[in-house]
Amino acid sequence: MEIWSFLTIFVLACFVGYFVVWGVTPALHSPLMSVSNAISGIVLIGALIAAGTDTNTTAKALGLIGVFLASVNIFGGFTVTQRMLSMFKKKEKK
Amino acid sequence: MYDWQIPLTYLLSSVLFIFSIRSLSSPKTAVVGNLLGMIGMSVAVLITLFSPYMQDKQLPLLVIISGAIIGIYTALKVKMTALPQMIAALNGLGGLAAVFISFSELITGSSAFLEITLGMVIGAIAFSGSLIAFAKLQGILPSRALTFKYQHVFNFILISFCIYLALCFLSQREFFFFYLLSGLALILGIMIVLPIGGADMPVVISLLNSYSGWAAVGIGFSIGNVLLIIVGSLVGASGAILSYIMVKAMNRSLLNVLLGGFGSTQDHNTSTPTSQNAKSGSPQDAAFIMENARKIIIVPGYGMAVSQAQHVLQKMAEDLRSLYDVEVKFAIHPVAGRMPGHMNVLLAEANVDYANVYGLEEINHEFADTDVAYVIGANDITNPQAKNDPSSPLYGMPILDVAKAKTIFFVKRSLSTGYAGTDNPLFYAPNTIMLYGDAKKITEEIVRYLEKNKGSALQSL
Repeated sequence: MEIWSFLTIFVLACFVGYFVVWGVTPALHSPLMSVSNAISGIVLIGALIAAGTDTNTTAKALGLIGVFLASVNIFGGFTVTQRMLSMFKKKEKK
Repeated sequence: MYDWQIPLTYLLSSVLFIFSIRSLSSPKTAVVGNLLGMIGMSVAVLITLFSPYMQDKQLPLLVIISGAIIGIYTALKVKMTALPQMIAALNGLGGLAAVFISFSELITGSSAFLEITLGMVIGAIAFSGSLIAFAKLQGILPSRALTFKYQHVFNFILISFCIYLALCFLSQREFFFFYLLSGLALILGIMIVLPIGGADMPVVISLLNSYSGWAAVGIGFSIGNVLLIIVGSLVGASGAILSYIMVKAMNRSLLNVLLGGFGSTQDHNTSTPTSQNAKSGSPQDAAFIMENARKIIIVPGYGMAVSQAQHVLQKMAEDLRSLYDVEVKFAIHPVAGRMPGHMNVLLAEANVDYANVYGLEEINHEFADTDVAYVIGANDITNPQAKNDPSSPLYGMPILDVAKAKTIFFVKRSLSTGYAGTDNPLFYAPNTIMLYGDAKKITEEIVRYLEKNKGSALQSL
């Protein structure tokens, strides 16, 4: 059954997340938050699929709102992360 | 398009996201990591956009571009001081997007009712909760814990009613229940964050971050999309671990933070400024003592962020190193500031070398052979009550052992209590000197004396 393979993937992905995140250095906890925030904008994929239909106008409109919100989240999140990380980088050159 | 192309791209994208987070293990690799995250996102979005699912590509693409412009513009314009609220706001958008998607899925006749409900409820809580967190951080709402009588009872009834509505919807499949539930979930998000005060914000922000991940997982299950499940889990785990780290650093439980109202009940302690005397000093005294020190540890807190003292603080550190050959280090408590890693970002902004910035456990043993601890805008995280007063609300919280330094400077506006509402006995210790005033102004004064004293010493040679 499909749901069981999804559940398997979900649980295993949680383990991957657990181990990867513990490896993050505490100094970069803010960038971690903002990058994971940007990444959570992956719901954009779901919004796109909802917005791609031409059969149901209401569903399409709702999907488009989702596309907009998720895009702001993604682009804003990655940009803020980039700004933060570039401040950490400067010191290396010095 | 072949039918293996989409799954393969999603797999690639998932791997890129994992590497993106993995790369944050060191500041050296972090920038590349962010780039990997962007690539992962781009390929996933592009392949979806050009997939056969999309009967209409133009309009969604246009909407993405307009969202991108607004997102990038805001993120470039925002001041580094407003970072915590910016993250809260972005987080809220992701949650709200999940709500709209679940509504759209519902009316197009999806049958994954449980998954849609979960995605919607978690997304709604993430949205309204982030909204309140944003308002508190931005100063629109007071940052203290906002509590009222029977709050816990009210919340309990609210949660029970939400569960009841969800069950009604799942059994009867009446959309009416779903709509009502979405409204209640929004109220629930507000109620969860309102009673949480300023210094507990790092926990709340991490938790809301985690929710936006779980909402993505819910959407992923409802539309059967593996990428959303994997990536949502990564984000969910990240936020959950950060909340755990923050909660541990305060020796509290998540439940204790969420029940809220911390610090607001200890008012009786504040009203007794005790008969003890705290010694106060001038920036000139501080400059003199620091010039003659061998080793100084600077302990920044939220007060430094408020007065934007990080740049002049770095100037002070540089002057002490270059003019007086003093060893200067920075000590950061995990919950200092309003979000995880807040102090690290501010110090990085001021060009402080991260090799000189230490965490609680790395540096705590060093206070014993330190001449001066310069505590700027921090209080509770240094309070010895956490170690030796079981009746204190701070008891058990790991603190920075500044008390062990030979001389302690506290840069503070007044003797007022910290967030926990409890007096800090360290203010009255014989080796403590209070420097009353704005963190930035005091530090500027010290820098002025440091540079002046060196100048006159050179002249007399």
